[in-house]
Amino acid sequence: MKSLEELKKIREAALKKVEMREGGKDYRVVVGMATCGIAAGARPVLNRLVEETAKKDYNCTVSQTGCIGMCVYEPIVEVYGKEGEHTTYVHVTPDMAAEILEKHIAGGQVIEEYTVAAAAAGNKEV
Amino acid sequence: MYRANVLCCAGTGCTASNSAGIAEEFERVLKNYGLEDEVKVVRTGCFGLCQKGPIVAVYPDKVFYSHVTVEDVEKIVSEHLYKGRVVKELELSDVDLETGEKILDIDKIKFYEKQQRIALRNCGKINPEDITEYIAIDGYEGLGKALTTMTPQEVIDEMKASGLRGRGGAGFPTGTKWQFQKNEPGDEKYVICNADEGDPGAFMDRSILEGDPHAVLEGMAIMAYAVGAHLGYIYVRAEYPIAVSRLRIAIEQAHEYGLLGKDIFGTGFDFDIEIRLGAGAFVCGEETALIASIEGKRGMPRPKPPFPAAHGVWGKPTSINNVETLANVPQIINKGAAWYSSIGTETSKGTKVFALGGKIRNTGLVEIPMGTTLREIIYEIGGGCPNDKNFKAVQTGGPSGGCLTEKELDTPIDYDTLIKAGSMMGSGGMIVLDEDNCMVDVAKFYMEFICEESCGKCTPCRVGTKRLLEMLTEITEGRGTLELLDEMEQLCYEIKDTALCGLGQTAPNPVLSTLNMFRDEYIAHVVDKKCPAHVCKALLTYSIDPDKCKKCSKCARNCPAGAITGVAGKEPFVIDPSKCIKCGACLTNCAFGAVERK
Repeated sequence: MKSLEELKKIREAALKKVEMREGGKDYRVVVGMATCGIAAGARPVLNRLVEETAKKDYNCTVSQTGCIGMCVYEPIVEVYGKEGEHTTYVHVTPDMAAEILEKHIAGGQVIEEYTVAAAAAGNKEV
Repeated sequence: MYRANVLCCAGTGCTASNSAGIAEEFERVLKNYGLEDEVKVVRTGCFGLCQKGPIVAVYPDKVFYSHVTVEDVEKIVSEHLYKGRVVKELELSDVDLETGEKILDIDKIKFYEKQQRIALRNCGKINPEDITEYIAIDGYEGLGKALTTMTPQEVIDEMKASGLRGRGGAGFPTGTKWQFQKNEPGDEKYVICNADEGDPGAFMDRSILEGDPHAVLEGMAIMAYAVGAHLGYIYVRAEYPIAVSRLRIAIEQAHEYGLLGKDIFGTGFDFDIEIRLGAGAFVCGEETALIASIEGKRGMPRPKPPFPAAHGVWGKPTSINNVETLANVPQIINKGAAWYSSIGTETSKGTKVFALGGKIRNTGLVEIPMGTTLREIIYEIGGGCPNDKNFKAVQTGGPSGGCLTEKELDTPIDYDTLIKAGSMMGSGGMIVLDEDNCMVDVAKFYMEFICEESCGKCTPCRVGTKRLLEMLTEITEGRGTLELLDEMEQLCYEIKDTALCGLGQTAPNPVLSTLNMFRDEYIAHVVDKKCPAHVCKALLTYSIDPDKCKKCSKCARNCPAGAITGVAGKEPFVIDPSKCIKCGACLTNCAFGAVERK
């Protein structure tokens, strides 16, 4: 160790290992991973979210949850903000997942047409 | 990138309940589910809540599982880590006593809510065997800051301003100790980390070494820079194998990263650390005995002065600090003395770690700001005495300390208030006693310990404590007299005044303090020949109330001494006191409460 800069570099590289235990992220992205979610293709969505978050260093954690009771809309991805506000995206594909990260997490913009409200409006049966 | 971390406690407590097997099982099952690249298993130090161990924490969900077994792992992986459903029945929870609601948020659980973790901040959070995890949460920042931006005198001034006092028990101001050593002439100086934790029931230092060894190394390096030393020793007992092995790994990694060795941070400062293993003698926690032991001599204290700051290891100026003290140092330098001194009371700054044990619901490790009351620790954090028993006393300070009763529970804890109340801070052992503990027996327990551990160099401790133990034995066996109590008290003061080292001088404290606070119990033993807590066997008598006896014969069948006779179904049963060995088997077996113990 020859300088503080060197220590800083090591710290930045190592930060990823521990940051999820600190809970200092602005957003929490949660994927429904019950049987219904997995059957509808939630697994690749989860994988894509994890990959993109790692690659682009988005300000969020990615985790999963069980069935929230709207199996018909799976795969479901929920985004929770710092203030507890939350958005539910439905019928999410891996590409849509990447777009959600880019627009919602990085840009702060909710993608209205992917939300459960939009889906419900276009599908009167549910 | 991992999307989740599974933290398994690898402290001594949880390791004893097979947490190592649990961590391996997680790795195996995660692989079966193809999740090994998504979920990482991390072995951490102690979470503190040892009573609920083995503990497993899942992040980022911040879910804590308690009493986990190897068999539970499959379920946690398949339900939680694969499908995202928390395994409710294993989840660590608390009940809000006012609303009756279940509390799941770990920060709101009573055990953690009142705590403030500085020395323990990384325990249960990082992998102690990975230096980069320590660096990731500002590790070695304090050392870097001290070496590159501060002079040694500025470091010492900062320590003085922080108000940090020695956590080994005596509470000497750390900055002042360093100043004494720095002022000594000569360029050969040493620093020592005292990790010879020996009080019965104390495990604070062990948990810090196991959970965050780099904090101690960093603290030592900062101390060495301040006082002008280039070699440090960690004196740790060989009975702490996990701590020793993690220290070895930590020292090796610090070398690899150039945080120990030559020219640290390019400042020309050289520092190295060696481990010295102790064989577990209690007296080696005394600094002059510890130094003798490091030098390869028999571990015995010598009179002071000269103090180690002038004449320490190899006859050179030496500073000795306790593990917990050193673990505080990096953060004081990093965050500043003003931050540290804002925590605590007027005379005692910062936090203190306590090992909670004895008759308490939440056995474990807690760190509280100075000024917290004993009541908050015992009832709010510790959960009170189990089985609805009544609290009787709390013993602090180990064999050098004393007992505090209900009256003192609202005393805010700091070095001075505890001494005023008749005990002392000590290194942080806190043993809770309830109505079933006999205070004479407690005093006898500590005296047995002291007798065993007395090094024998000075007569007051070698012979005096032996005599004290004999007197206590007389009392517990029903041969005590009121005069004996007075003689015993007199002897205590003589030992205090004449013993050579701190351990001998404080050895009578458990006797004196119980005599002061619980004289009525001593009197019950010597005058009425009764043990009010029903502990001292020689003073107990068992009998059967013929009116309550249902003549079922269960007591007689369970008596290992054949002391109970009667005719089943016809005549009440009777205990023959000459044969009775007072084991209590009849009492526990009688379904009708007919057996009486007096």
